[in-house]
Amino acid sequence: MRVLLRNPRREIDVAGPLRVGALLQRLDLNRESVLVIRGDTLVTDDAMLEDGDRIEVRPVISGGVG
Amino acid sequence: MEVRRHNAGFCATCFVHHCTEQVSRAIEEHKMIAPGERVLVAVSGGKDSLALWDLLLDLGYEADGLYLGLGIGTYSDESGSYVRTFAESRQARLVEIDLPSRYGFGVPEGAAAARRVPCSACGLSKRHLFNQAALEGGYDVVATGHNLDDEAAVLLGNVLRWSTDYLGRQEPVLPEAGGFARKVKPLVRLGEREMAAYCVLRGIDYIVEECPMAEGNKHLGYKAALNLIEDASPGSKQAFYTGFLARGLPHFRPESEQDRAGLEPCTTCGAPTPSGQCAFCRLVESASAVGDSTPLPVPTRRGRSRR
Repeated sequence: MRVLLRNPRREIDVAGPLRVGALLQRLDLNRESVLVIRGDTLVTDDAMLEDGDRIEVRPVISGGVG
Repeated sequence: MEVRRHNAGFCATCFVHHCTEQVSRAIEEHKMIAPGERVLVAVSGGKDSLALWDLLLDLGYEADGLYLGLGIGTYSDESGSYVRTFAESRQARLVEIDLPSRYGFGVPEGAAAARRVPCSACGLSKRHLFNQAALEGGYDVVATGHNLDDEAAVLLGNVLRWSTDYLGRQEPVLPEAGGFARKVKPLVRLGEREMAAYCVLRGIDYIVEECPMAEGNKHLGYKAALNLIEDASPGSKQAFYTGFLARGLPHFRPESEQDRAGLEPCTTCGAPTPSGQCAFCRLVESASAVGDSTPLPVPTRRGRSRR
């Protein structure tokens, strides 16, 4: 599967099938700090991601404090 | 969408309803906005402020947006375009203030001239100009997109340094007082992850990239630390923040109220300040002195009384 990561923006290939939770562990990301989106759809921690999926791992933390 | 601190999972429709209900409860619980009041929503192009604007409009409030162009290169250009697109899609009124056009400097230059870190110069400019725009525009209240994660991270920072003056005013509502419009944070019952999910589910496009000026700031470090705790023990951030509001804040509030009561008008613009010239006018002067010889406009002087 093709995985889009942000900050900085880059794409990587990851072999599937793989659950969302396992993908985040592999990327060493805290599930509290990201959303995982397949196509246009949010996916939950236990969803299975397949080869051929296009995945975005979107950070949700922003640093501004006004 | 799972929300682990509530031990709950939602379908898209129920999740949007959950967000709406949480905002509604926050407004009611903290008496943030009365029926018929005019709201100015501080919008940055990020997920929180656009989600807040969307939620307030859906709840039927008369909510206009205020976008402040901060002069942070293409980041500001891009964030401004998300705000304009949203305003157009909702046919909502948008007020814009461009810091470089109006005051002759952007956040990077202002921060360098005043020897402040960029986030400090940015926050100072936002607080001053949001307040000024609300008073001049006759708005009853300024609403900002600070969410539960923001408030928990600020609280952690304030506790680590025992900044008692800041702790005393870390409330979801700061009431109007001489020279200050009321400020409210209707997203305090919702986390950062929920706000991002709300935008995805509602089809709201926002700037995902982090502000280039924020890299490495302390606030991001506090959020990362809190998320490690939250991952192991869901609900910790909410317990930390709401526990502070219930049991900690009352101890610090008197000091903050005393500080506020002792403010006097800025000698340049009339905004409330501890003494002499306010921090924003000093920032404008510093940037002006470092920039070219073209004099910068002096911030508008305005009346103080607003009770």
